[in-house]
Amino acid sequence: MVNQWAFYVNSDACSGCKTCQVACKDKNELAAGVHWRKVTEVTGGSWEKKNGLWVSTVAAYHLSMACCHCLEPVCAVSCSTKSIWKREDGIVFIDGSRCTRCRRCETVCPYGAIRYDPVSTYMTKCDFCVDDLALGLAPACVAACPNRALDFGDFEVLKKKYGPSNSVFPLPDPAEFKPALVLKPHRHAEFIGTHHPEIGNWAEI
Amino acid sequence: MDKTSLSRRCFLKWSALLGTSAITIPALGDWIDPSGPLGEPPPVGTTSAAVSSSQDAAFRVIRAGCPSHNCGGRCLLRITVQDGKILRIETDDRPGDTIADPQLRACIRGRAYRKRQYHPDRLQYPLKRTGRRGEGKFERVSWDEALEKMAAELRRVKTVHGNSALFIPYGTGSYSQTNGRQTAQRLLNLFGGSLGSYNNYSWACMANATSTVYGTNVTGNQRQDWVHAKIILMWGWNPAEMRDGTNTEFFLRKARENGARLICLDPRHTLSAASLADEWIPIRPGTDAAMMSAMAYVMIKEGLIDKAFVKTHCLGFDETQMPTGTKGAESYQDYILGTRDRKPKTPEWAEAITGIPRDTIARIAREYATQKPGVLYQGYGMQRRAYGEQVVRAGCVLAAITGNVGLPGGWAGGMGLQAPDGGPVWNVFPTGPNPVKTSIPTFLWTEAVLRGKEMGPEQGVRGADKLDNNIKLIYAVASNILVNQHADINRTVRMLRDESLVEFIAVQDNFLTPSARFADLVLPACTQFETWGVADGWKYGDEVFLNPPIVDPPFETKSDYRICAEIAERLGFGPAYTEGRTERDWVDWSLDQFRKTRFSGLPTLAEMEKQNQGVFTNPVTAPAVALGDFRRDPEKFPLSTPSGKIEIFSPALQALNKPETVPAVPKYIQEWESPFGPEAKTYPLQALGHHTLARVHSTMEKVDWLEEAFPQRLFINPVDAAARGLQNADSARVFNARGEMIIPCRITPRIRPGVVAVPQGAWWAPDEKGIDHGGSINVLTSSRWTPLAFGNAQHTIMVEVKKA
Repeated sequence: MVNQWAFYVNSDACSGCKTCQVACKDKNELAAGVHWRKVTEVTGGSWEKKNGLWVSTVAAYHLSMACCHCLEPVCAVSCSTKSIWKREDGIVFIDGSRCTRCRRCETVCPYGAIRYDPVSTYMTKCDFCVDDLALGLAPACVAACPNRALDFGDFEVLKKKYGPSNSVFPLPDPAEFKPALVLKPHRHAEFIGTHHPEIGNWAEI
Repeated sequence: MDKTSLSRRCFLKWSALLGTSAITIPALGDWIDPSGPLGEPPPVGTTSAAVSSSQDAAFRVIRAGCPSHNCGGRCLLRITVQDGKILRIETDDRPGDTIADPQLRACIRGRAYRKRQYHPDRLQYPLKRTGRRGEGKFERVSWDEALEKMAAELRRVKTVHGNSALFIPYGTGSYSQTNGRQTAQRLLNLFGGSLGSYNNYSWACMANATSTVYGTNVTGNQRQDWVHAKIILMWGWNPAEMRDGTNTEFFLRKARENGARLICLDPRHTLSAASLADEWIPIRPGTDAAMMSAMAYVMIKEGLIDKAFVKTHCLGFDETQMPTGTKGAESYQDYILGTRDRKPKTPEWAEAITGIPRDTIARIAREYATQKPGVLYQGYGMQRRAYGEQVVRAGCVLAAITGNVGLPGGWAGGMGLQAPDGGPVWNVFPTGPNPVKTSIPTFLWTEAVLRGKEMGPEQGVRGADKLDNNIKLIYAVASNILVNQHADINRTVRMLRDESLVEFIAVQDNFLTPSARFADLVLPACTQFETWGVADGWKYGDEVFLNPPIVDPPFETKSDYRICAEIAERLGFGPAYTEGRTERDWVDWSLDQFRKTRFSGLPTLAEMEKQNQGVFTNPVTAPAVALGDFRRDPEKFPLSTPSGKIEIFSPALQALNKPETVPAVPKYIQEWESPFGPEAKTYPLQALGHHTLARVHSTMEKVDWLEEAFPQRLFINPVDAAARGLQNADSARVFNARGEMIIPCRITPRIRPGVVAVPQGAWWAPDEKGIDHGGSINVLTSSRWTPLAFGNAQHTIMVEVKKA
């Protein structure tokens, strides 16, 4: 019995290829613009002219992120019609039939994980591929990753296997939102985090 | 700034994107809904495969090769089909995923394929041109009329001009034996032949120059061997964006995990640089040979050359080993030390050219020469440039003088086809002999249209002293080279609009591409999901993929093979073309060919169908090493170069007597469009057309899941953007004397100042003034070819950018 399903994201191995994002869209029939999983590009470092040469300290990493199925989901708290709830297996779930499209959940989610779906006309997000889980299969994104940078499992088991939750720019402190996420930061994450970190692909996320 | 406030700031910023400026965190409360259907969620998305299979007989999961395009990989798909429609595309789930036989996981493009397959713009019927050529006006015609027209034009041009006026241009849109240009080549060969071509648009210099050094292009070890390397220089090599073999990243990561240091030399901070490299060296485009020369300088001066290996295995390194008959000629060491030209190729010299600090150049030289064995892997982008032959030879020489040739964990450089046999077979579909024995370098097809009869060996013509015809009929199959992918689009379309030059153009494709817009006749081909096909692995693949028909061809589309067979029927040699075989029969036949080459254990077609595995793999447990025998015993196993040795100095190139453009030892030569030339005053920025994951060259255009993931943009450094008053996402004019485009810009530090990039392959979309709005880099590129290989140099261009 899984108490809390969780994702593992190895940002050090992620190339930002977005295969996970499209595998998710293919499985869930999501329109362009509706990202249940999305890949954020983070750049840091800078260019400086030294002795007449442009010298770079530029580095970058990518974060493949979906709903973190938080232990204490602020989206669920924010939902006045209780359309969002947390299942016994930890998956945070939206029942679209009860959604009033107030979009409050979208604004409170610190991960940008909840998206309005213009086709179904309600709020949607990652459901951890519950139907595939029931068959003993991996979520579509995890099974897709050409870099084997994603994994999934029980949160406690994942933490033992890969280490703590961690946080890197631009994610909030995990103590604050308690995401069911185990993250391996990129090898340059600390440098980037302290050298003008910026999101490089706003328009794509 | 402490971590908490940093993360809070970021969090606010991220939330700001979502349309709110202030966030209040609600109190935690009763968020588990006791009335909710716990554990029983409503169905979401596509119904899962196994759930439906038990219920619905029309439901199938088929394992098949991903449609074979020119992507650099070959991957496995699991395709869920119900009632004749593809519902879902998944990928390889074979257990194990070992280094010897890893899963062949598809990339973003394969996973988005439904959006191409069911795209509303797919060609449905044959079309006949009604307006002026290139105007894009067509009317639907019957297959009967289309095939009759095609046969009539082939007969007419053959009668009036002869077979050598017929031409099938380069095209890589389909590679599955029964779909692709080879089907048309078989047709025309049986019709008496057509003007031949050699080279390709990918690696002309690579293929021609590597062999001048090694006498072979099989200079790569099998990729599983990379775990033995201590250092890997990814020189202009970006497998994360252009793949270069399914799982190349996987093997590189294994090398990293095993302790190798990976260094990425590229003007762009590529996805490869982010995910694989320990260090990024943002070298100025077109100057790689200068950095390589300076590395050789450091190695010579600091005694880091593998002298024993050079003495026994190489030719022309210094004056002690110059070939006979070349007395007095400049050796490689002469060039590097500046003995003749008084210009020692010092790191200081290279710093001014490459933009890389001299200390960095010297450090990389020391690392590569001492951390052995090591891999210097040369990407192909840097050889699609002016004098692209030089950088290929220079890289091979660095591998040779450091003694990294023929070793586990080493790499000989250059083309890098895999040991022991050069890798995949690719096309086995029998095109038959071409009765026309003359051929041209494929990149020079526009010359053969304009002035074919003036072309001879000086323009790369093979098999004749002069061409006897200009090209008068073009039959383009799975090819967008006619307009979009060839250099200098505005020049090409001026030429194609003149109906007195090419008298008839037929284009056969899945979509009305920019090339198809210039057709007189458009023939609608089905996709590889709609007919039988088979393919083997990419450059490094050890697999055979079956591509069975997944769904029926829609509307009136047909396979390339079927269309050609029907044209053959009209021309009177239908049975000779088909030999009585269907597409499926040819797949069966092709599997026999693969079985005779690299895949002795390959099952029969019937067995493969029954097994539904989609792929047969040769696991690699003992990776082969290129040139190992030669390393062990160069006398007994000489290379097939004229001297039998590694020709650092090439007497054959010396004999060409073109020392300024094709020197006998590899040199840095300033490009014909360069930041150091007078053209830089008007057009100060170098422009690159890199590969993007949004497309396979020009295939997969207009797939919205890909366009949103990797939108077509001008990538420009903040320094250059600021100098032009550009803000992120502004429309930018990108132009030079050949053309102009207007596209949105992406300001990013992930590219060197002085360099901009527009990913190649986007479809040309001109307005009434001829300004492109599709972001097609080829409105800016030059049709000038390289001096030895007659290859395309499309990355050597200077441009200016202004706010639109």
